[in-house]
Amino acid sequence: MLKKITTVASVVLLSALTACGSGDGAGTGSSGSGTITMGFAQVGAESGWRTANTKSIQDEAKAAGIELKFSDAQQKQENQIKAIRSYIQQKVSVIAFSPVVETGWDTVLQEAKRANIPVILTDRSIDSDDTSLYKTFLGSDFVEEGRKAGDWLVANASGPTNVVELQGTTGAAPAIDRKKGFEEKIASKSDIKVVASQTGDFTRSGGKQVMEAFLKSQPKIDVVYAHNDDMGLGAIEAIKAAGKVPGKDIKIITVDAVKDGMQALANGEINFIVECNPLLGKQLMDLTKKVVAGEQVPERVVTEEGTFTQEQAKTALPQRQY
Amino acid sequence: MKNRLLWPLLALAALLLLNLAVTPSFFALRIQDGHLYGGLVDVLKNGAPTLLIALGMTLVIATRGIDLSVGAVAAIAGAVTCVHIGTSDSTGTALAGMAIALVLCAVLGLWNGFLVAGMGIQPIIATLVLMTAGRGVAMLVTEGQIVTVNNTAYRQVGAGFVVLPVSILISLLVLGLVAFVTRKTALGMLIEAVGVNPEASRLAGVRSRTIIWTVYVFAAVCAGIAGLMISSNVSAADANNAGLWIEMDAILAVVIGGTSLAGGRYSLTGTLIGALIIQTLTTTVYTIGVAPEVTLVFKAVVVIAVCLVQAPKARAALSFRKVAVS
Repeated sequence: MLKKITTVASVVLLSALTACGSGDGAGTGSSGSGTITMGFAQVGAESGWRTANTKSIQDEAKAAGIELKFSDAQQKQENQIKAIRSYIQQKVSVIAFSPVVETGWDTVLQEAKRANIPVILTDRSIDSDDTSLYKTFLGSDFVEEGRKAGDWLVANASGPTNVVELQGTTGAAPAIDRKKGFEEKIASKSDIKVVASQTGDFTRSGGKQVMEAFLKSQPKIDVVYAHNDDMGLGAIEAIKAAGKVPGKDIKIITVDAVKDGMQALANGEINFIVECNPLLGKQLMDLTKKVVAGEQVPERVVTEEGTFTQEQAKTALPQRQY
Repeated sequence: MKNRLLWPLLALAALLLLNLAVTPSFFALRIQDGHLYGGLVDVLKNGAPTLLIALGMTLVIATRGIDLSVGAVAAIAGAVTCVHIGTSDSTGTALAGMAIALVLCAVLGLWNGFLVAGMGIQPIIATLVLMTAGRGVAMLVTEGQIVTVNNTAYRQVGAGFVVLPVSILISLLVLGLVAFVTRKTALGMLIEAVGVNPEASRLAGVRSRTIIWTVYVFAAVCAGIAGLMISSNVSAADANNAGLWIEMDAILAVVIGGTSLAGGRYSLTGTLIGALIIQTLTTTVYTIGVAPEVTLVFKAVVVIAVCLVQAPKARAALSFRKVAVS
């Protein structure tokens, strides 16, 4: 009996699948009236940065008159693939998403390609040999962020400088690239040395625990370079507990510029923050319109990002959205 | 029993000596702003949450159970307290927040106990429910944001000092209480009896279900206090990362300490040593500068070594040699 049901069910499923497959994508079939529809598959809501990213996309879509279909993958690739498949079925004009992981996208993006739906990657890239699978990748240049941090240190360091580095999650693209860009720049000055480098997993607790250990094992620390604000905030706690003054005795450079980080920068506990801008909604909508109109777009678009010193943080803080 | 604790103790000593060899100042202690400051103090402070959760886990495992939900419960405790405190700096609000969080944790423990003792579901499955759903609850409470607080009283729980870190004092106090209640009364024996055979103990007049229910509530409250320490240590609640994988650390601490996963016997001193080994291992990685890429391999090698020397066959071989020599 049970076997029968499974057989029937699989037959139904199979025919449903083939039915989907045979539906040949009739061009960029937006719902007739000329409005653009965008299917966006977000990673999840893991941090304030991500929430700001989502809000920017939703607000800018509304402002640009683009109909947005939004889904939240809760950090799971299979959810994102499901969402992308459903966007293909709904025949949206453009699919945009921030890939949860780098690999495993070829099949679903092939399906989108066959259905003639252009794909835009935001914030994170994918690892695939076939670059025809997506039109463009809009996101931060993590190596450049590392370079900006390195530049500031080279310009502001005087005399021999010992740096400790709090890395992001081992193997994550932002951690690898921010380390690379930073090292590239400080290589020009031989008296700046990274004396210790450990992962703090992008978290406050991680940053604090690693910094506590560094403060005991390193005889002289002048600068902390943290791959994100949260680890920097953890390091501040550890430095205070050691009876030193963060921002003065030990200088701190971080990346991100989320609100808590900017507050610490304005308070003088952090010295320099390189922005990693989540507000890419406007750029995304502009790209979408171009892609739908059939214009050529560059394969790589970098988000507009700045840097903040303590003075700039004080003026920028009141209007900070995230 | 003493022999069983010998190897974990030797492992702990070896790790500490490794630190001393690489960083001669590792054991140096000084007074900083009225409290002790040094590498060993860090080990105690950062190991306190793991120790506390491992204590709860020891009793659960002694009844032949397991609790995978402790990390999620810890995240919920921190989230609820931080959201309740908000921007307030009053001691009363902090205390109220912590009280609400711990009551909630007790309720979550009741839920686990209900699934295990009431419905007879396998503990690993029953607590898996809350492990997955709990983090979602914590995210819901914090709305997916990292909630930062600035409350002097709340800071004391995880980052405060009364000469020694407040967190380790709390953990040791709980350890003392558990040791007293389970070893000076019949409770410990009853817990072990339930672990050996719940049905036989019930027929012998032991209230098996009540005991199982109690240990799950105790484990959840321990996890709640640990969650307060973790969140208080950085004055923020991070629903995604607080207490992540700490259930694995706790189970490992219990196992290294010589408690059998099959239930029926447990060692609180062993758990204390196990928790210290795990935290010392983490601190060692940072102190001697193991590259992040090989950290997990380094930890795995140490843990495997500790577990291997405790394996019955290895111990039999070792003691056989001893006999042969004598």
